[in-house]
Order: sequence, then structure tokens, then C-alpha cells
Amino acid sequence: MNKAVNQKAWFLILPVLLLVAFSAVIPLMTVVNYSVQDTFGSNKFFWVGLEWFEEMLASERMWNALGRQITFSAIILAIEIPLGIFVALNMPKKGFWASLCLVLMSLPLLIPWNVVGTIWQIFGRVDIGLLGYTLSALGIDYNYTQDFYAAWITVIVMDVWHWTSLVALLAYAGLQSIPDAYYQAAKIDQASRLSVFRFIELPKIMGVLMIAILLRFMDSFMIYTEPFVVTGGGPGNSTTFLSIDLVKMALGQFDLGPAAAFSIMYYLVILLVSYVFYTVMTNLDKRDGH
Amino acid sequence: MDWMAWTGPTAVFFGIIAATLITFTVLAIKFPETPRTGVLGIETTRGDRLFITLLGSAFINLAWLGMLSAPQWGALIICLFYAIAVFRWV
Repeated sequence: MNKAVNQKAWFLILPVLLLVAFSAVIPLMTVVNYSVQDTFGSNKFFWVGLEWFEEMLASERMWNALGRQITFSAIILAIEIPLGIFVALNMPKKGFWASLCLVLMSLPLLIPWNVVGTIWQIFGRVDIGLLGYTLSALGIDYNYTQDFYAAWITVIVMDVWHWTSLVALLAYAGLQSIPDAYYQAAKIDQASRLSVFRFIELPKIMGVLMIAILLRFMDSFMIYTEPFVVTGGGPGNSTTFLSIDLVKMALGQFDLGPAAAFSIMYYLVILLVSYVFYTVMTNLDKRDGH
Repeated sequence: MDWMAWTGPTAVFFGIIAATLITFTVLAIKFPETPRTGVLGIETTRGDRLFITLLGSAFINLAWLGMLSAPQWGALIICLFYAIAVFRWV
């Protein structure tokens, strides 16, 4: 029989709640307040009701930015998750090489976002960058500042370079925790490499993999710095992702109302997806009997 | 608090949410419950069902606003039925 849930423990997290109130809740409330008003600066606001929400829901600019954002997140998840698992499966299990691999894999994760952007911005330049120069020497027309596909490929490859190791490290940790007995049993049953992966490794790393997917989704869905540094959202606005467009709208054009209305919808989408992931994750855990 | 640009309606909105949260906290302390599994196949407590209700209601309101030109209180009526359904079956 299930034990009744004791909700009193929530009081123990009051200090954290206070911190979050100042760093997240109060700013979020302010955003909600902005979203129903218009301002022309000097802290004077005029009530407009749900007008901004209506305008944003009908705004092609925002739907396009959302479309680009979803496309970006879907592409990088589709690359980083399988690639991360593949790398983790092929990493040495113990000894010197395992440690070396771990250190090398962690390196990209230690680099700040804007530095990653700058590295790739220079790396991809046709005149001085190793990648851009090599590609153009090979006769490939590559110019991420002018070509739509080149810009997208650069931003995606950059993200894959930066974050695949996170997925790989998490998957590796999951793989390391599988007891040897499972593999021995598989050997006795003469299971193929594929069935070992499908029936032993994949189910066992599902928990950490879910965390990896959730982290990568949230991070990529709010990506700002790297594409901003590399392409500045261009060419045109082909790599103007949601947060870039929102910052442009809120701070560049000082349209606080519409930007607030859209960021609330942005927030709701993230909340929904995160909740679904969280629910799936905890249910997987329960099924596994943790 | 000037910088937060408060308005009457948003204050009422947050007030209602805060009151709901406090009510559910008190309920959870006074009447502890065991989670149950509903139509979604997930274990939920009253708090989970409240969260699903609030998040779903936000999307119902947005969909209503984006797709219909009818007055917004219509969406609130749908939300009410949605809330009843969530608390009954989820």
C-alpha cells in the first residue's frame, strides 16, 4: 500500500523559494504586467488588455521565429542524442584512456557560450578561419554571413560540437552503472550486439537519457548567445531564433508589451514540454522500481 | 513597486493564483492523500491536477483568443469544465 504523501517537507525549501522569488517569480510577474499594457518609456503605462496577445498570436514574425526555433531544437536533438549514445558506447570502460576521453569530452562544456560563438565565428570565416578557408580552397561555396544553408549548418554544427559531449557523458555514466552480470547473461544467450543495446543498454540508460534530452531541449530552445555572436540572426532573419527576436523586440524596438506577451507564450510552451518530460521521466523511474 | 507596473486585473489574477496555491497547501497538510492513477496513466495528487488545470487553461485561453473573436469569458467557461474533468478523471 502507498504511504500518504507528507507535504510538510515543502516548508524546508522556503529559503530556495525566497531566492527563486527574487530571481524568477517577481520578474515573471512584471512581464505579465507589461503584457497587458503599452509604454512609451519613463515608466508610464497604459492599459491595453489582451491586445498584445491577440497581435502576437496573429504575428507572422513570431510564428516564423517559433518555427525556426522548433526546427533548430528538433535537428540538434536528432543529431546529438544518437551521436552522444554512439560516442558513449565506444568510449573505453576503464584505465588511462577512459580518463583521457572524459577530460577531452568535458572540454567543450567548460567554454562560455560567447567564446564558443567567437571561436566558430572566426573558424568559419573564409579569409582567416581554418574551416571557411579550407572549404573555399576545396571549391565549396561557403559563406555563413550570406548563405542561408551555410548559416544554419554552422549554427547546428557549433551546437553539436558544444553539447554532444554532455549527452555522451550522461549516457556513459548510465552505461557504467550496468552490472557485468547482464552482459554475461547476454553472452550465454548468444545475443547479438544490437539486442544487447536494444534490451540491456538502452532500457538501463533511459533515465539519464531523458535528463539529457530535457536539458538539451530547454537549452536549445532558449539559445541566444552563440547564434547571436556567429550570425547575428542573419542572413536576413534566417537564424533569428525566438530569444534573439524577443530581445530585438523588447530592447531594440522597446516594444515591451508585445515582447512580454510573446515571452509568456514562449514560457508556457517550455513549461508544457518540461512537464511532459518530467512526468515521463518519473514514471519511467517508478516502472523501474527506483 | 512602481517599476513592476501593476494593474488591477493582473493583481487580481496573481491574487487568485496565490490564494489557490495556499488553499491547496492547507488542504494537503490537513488532508494528506495518496496519489492515484487516472486516464493519463500517470500518478497524480491534487497539486498535480491543479498544475495540469492551470497550464491547460492558459492554452485554452490562448487558443480561444487566437482562433475566435468571441468574448474571452467564453474560454473561462470551457476552462471550468476542463478543470472539473481534470479533477474528476486525471
